[in-house]
Formats: sequence, C-alpha cells, structure tokens
Amino acid sequence: MASEVSSIDLRVSIGSLKLKNPVMTASGTFGYAREFEPYVNLHRLGAVVVKGISLEPRFGNPPPRIVETSCGMLNAIGLENVGVDRFISEKMVTLRQVNVPVFVNILGDTLDEYREIANRLADVEGISGIEVNISCPNVKKGGVAFGTDPEMAAAVTTVVKKSSTVPVMVKLSPNVTDITVIARAVEDAGADAVSLINTLIGMAIDHRSRKPALANVIGGLSGPAIKPVALRMVYQVAQAVSVPVIGVGGIETAEDVLEFMLAGATAVQIGTANFVNPRASEEAVEGLAHYVATERMGSIREMIGGLVLP
Amino acid sequence: MPQFQKKTQITRIERFSSDIVRLTLDSPDIASVAKPGQFVMVRTGNGKDPLLRRPFSISQTSNRKHFQILFKVVGRGTSLLSHCREGEFLSVLGPLGTGFTVDCQRMNCLVGGGMGIAPLLFLGKTLSRTCPENRPLVVVGARSKDELEPMVNDFNEIGLTVHPATDDGSLGHHGLVTDVLKKLDLREDSEIFVCGPHLMMMAVHFFCEERRYSCQVSMETSMACGMGACLGCIVPVKSGAYAHACSDGPVFDSKELLWQVK
Repeated sequence: MASEVSSIDLRVSIGSLKLKNPVMTASGTFGYAREFEPYVNLHRLGAVVVKGISLEPRFGNPPPRIVETSCGMLNAIGLENVGVDRFISEKMVTLRQVNVPVFVNILGDTLDEYREIANRLADVEGISGIEVNISCPNVKKGGVAFGTDPEMAAAVTTVVKKSSTVPVMVKLSPNVTDITVIARAVEDAGADAVSLINTLIGMAIDHRSRKPALANVIGGLSGPAIKPVALRMVYQVAQAVSVPVIGVGGIETAEDVLEFMLAGATAVQIGTANFVNPRASEEAVEGLAHYVATERMGSIREMIGGLVLP
Repeated sequence: MPQFQKKTQITRIERFSSDIVRLTLDSPDIASVAKPGQFVMVRTGNGKDPLLRRPFSISQTSNRKHFQILFKVVGRGTSLLSHCREGEFLSVLGPLGTGFTVDCQRMNCLVGGGMGIAPLLFLGKTLSRTCPENRPLVVVGARSKDELEPMVNDFNEIGLTVHPATDDGSLGHHGLVTDVLKKLDLREDSEIFVCGPHLMMMAVHFFCEERRYSCQVSMETSMACGMGACLGCIVPVKSGAYAHACSDGPVFDSKELLWQVK
C-alpha cells in the first residue's frame, strides 16, 4: 500500500506551501502531534495544526470542560496552553523531529497580542504556516469575538500577515450571520487561506441537577453533528473567495474529505475524530489514495469544487 | 510507553448484579504491558452516537493475554457495553496513563469504594507477586453484599484478607471504608492506595495527611481522548493550575491535588 500511495497524486497547495495530501489535523484535537505517534505515521499526513498558542500561558476553564452530545461533543477548554515562549523552547524542538508541515494556531485578546506572538514565531525554524484563531473575545471591544466583525477580523489578519514570513490561514467562526462577509474581509486583508468552521456555540443541561453540563455554561460543538453546517459554509465561502478554503467540521473518513473537496475545499482538517480514532487522519489519506487509484484520476485536485449541481 | 489501538474479542461476560458487569477481553499486546492503575478507552459501538470512547481502569490481567474491565451501568455507553455478547469485538486504546508506584518495604494498604475497587485488584495481585513477604491490607466498600462479594472473593482467591464495609450492613462493617481504615493497626511508613467516589478519596486523603501516611489516589474524570489531546480530563492541583488525569495521572500523590467538595 505504501508504495502505491506515494505514486498517486494527492498533492495540494495552500499559497506557496505544497502539501503531499489534503489531510491536516485540526487545532486542539491533535495535541503537539507527539501524543499520536504510537498510532499514526505522522509523516504521511498533509500537515499538522497544533494546539492554539497565546502570548502568556493559560490554565483554561474549570471542570467539567467537555460533555458528549448527540453525534458530537461540547467543549469549553478555555484555550489552555503553555504560552508562546515555552511552545518555542519545548514543543517546537520535538515537532521539528517530525517530518510533516506544522501550522501553529495562534490566539489573543488584543491586536498587540496577535502581533507579538506572530513576531516571536517569525524566525522559528520548522513552522510551515500560521493559523489565526479569530474566535477569541476582543478585550478592548467589550469581549466581542474578533471573528464576528469583518473589520476586526481584517485587522487581526493584517497584523499577523505583516509579522509572518510563512502562509497565514485564518480560521473562521461559524457563529455569524454571513460567514462569506468575514471570509472576504480576511482575504482582502491578505490571508493566504481560510479554514472553516470553528466550533458552533452550544449548550447542554442536566435536567436532574438543573445545572449546565459545562462549568463555563456554554461551549463549542464539534463532531459529526456539525458536518452539514460546515459543508454548507465551505460551499458558500469557496464561491465567495479565491484563496484556498480548508474544510473543517465533523470530518472522519476519506468519504467526508471528498465531500468537502467537492464543496470547494482545497484541503481539510480532521478534528474530533482524532479523539475517537487516533488513526483517522492516516486512514483518510489511505482512503483518498485508494479512491484516486480506483477512479483512475490524474490527481485528487480534480475533486476541488467538482460538485455536480442538479 | 507502548500504546495500542486494537480490536479485542470479548471472551467472557460476568454479571455481578443487575447493573454491574465484568468483561474479559483478549489482547496480548495490552495485557502483557499494562501496569496497575492504567486504563483503556473503549468504543461502545460502531456508530457516531454515542461518539466518544469510555475510560475504564484495567481491573486485572491474566497470562499476559487477557485483561478485564469492571463497570456499573450509568449511561448510554455503559448500557451498550453491558449488552455485548461473548465473541464480539470492541475497539480498545491502551494501556494509558501512569500506574501506581509501589514500594515493598512499606506497609501497603488498598482502599476501594464501588467500581473504584477495580484497579486495586490488579494492584493487589501485583503486590502479592512482587512483595510476597509483605502482603497488602485490603479495605473495600460498596452499597451492598451483592455488589461487593464478587470482588471480595477475587481478593480472597489471591490470598489477601479483606476488610469489607457496606452501606446497608449486608457484608462486613455497616458504614464507611474510612471507619474501617481508622481502626486498622497501620505502621508509620504506610502507603495507602485509594480509588473510589470523590468524597471517599478526599476523606482518605485527609486521614493520611493527619497520620502522615503516603497516599496515592486514582482519579476518575470524563475525557474524550485518553491521550493528552482533548484537555478535558483536568484535576485541580494545589498550585492553582490543573493536571490532566489521562497523561499526568490517573494516579496522583494525594498531596499534589486540591481537595474540595464538588
């Protein structure tokens, strides 16, 4: 199977970055990659997006932080992470040993924080791209998420782009009235790609205790439950922008990847499925190779935007 | 630490009561490397609902081939598992987490409540083998005799004397395991290994702190992945931060944790 896979053309491009296949892992679902080494040949993946990094370390939210819902899960982790300096001095050391492109997901409460993180990452060896999480609350604007306002989303994109030497991908929030407006705003601000969707805000209640299931009361919904919403948004955004669209949301198998590519995605990220099947990403790569071979396609790129409308 | 993702066959199903089930699973890979205190993540079905795996501590291994999990039916996942049949296969990840740290020179005492007794059986077996001159004391409690007796028998089978306690008095002491623990003649160098309901573990921790005994607790939390990625399984620690039950634990020195009524 391995030699067969290598002769099949699964390559895709995100800006100047060439990926050997369109399967990435989603931020916050794959740790710093080393956690998955017992299960996955990491070098076979298109790219790895590591856990969101902030300027200072964050402890995150109190428990309970996760709860299972129908065909999905809610999380309110609270962006727990080691902070950018420890990320560079510890996590990047091991990530460099893995032969796979690494995207670093970054987040902040102010424009200055985004700028400072991007600056500190700019000269670090082994980073192939930046993914900007704009779903964080903007502290200076009363906690409204950067990602829900086109001007603020564009402003974040501009500062990160200015400080970065690698492709910048902006991860869009689905919790907006029209996601294409935000997508166009970040494209105009210089984003090299957009990834969508981040989690849908949701809630779960335990009627016996009369308490919310999460200590944070509300959380982000992910998993198969959100796949139809993600597909719809990828389809809409792919028609609204010309930069590559990275599909995220409920993707588990090669079939799911093909569906997102037909909707217009250049690549995808596998998220919650990593928790259930740590081999999901590598199995999706194998499934795509098998599909391209059996369909006698020249390249997986033929699938991008290939949706046949009725 | 070796970890595996395996389709494991159910070779035996034991129903201890209407809602307590023990499964024996065939996996030489997992059984031969597992240590007491470690756990596995089990898929309860093949579909997307319920989506997540469920964590279970390994309650025993045998012949480096089989391992057991013991559980009470508390929700949809465990209900589905309780309806499995012998010969069926379950997807299992493991062994995961840190195990108990044992020292044969100390007086070792295992304290378990309810399903928390499960990992202590594995520990009791290992201690009996590795420290044959210094067998551990065992104090276990549950709601009633139905629930507790099968586990008491398991400890007896490996030659360990058990001090049981039940909520209804149907077996052993009528009351809490901590009542029994306080009456034992424990040496100064005692090491207590605890797994059970949160309040019970907290009571044992404070008891150990007062008497200056070492105390290792096995924490139970909900978790999505079991391998350090989801960051859902946090346990508050004294420094004000959080530890992760799956990768930093599930076994902790009780002094490191922040104990509070939930």
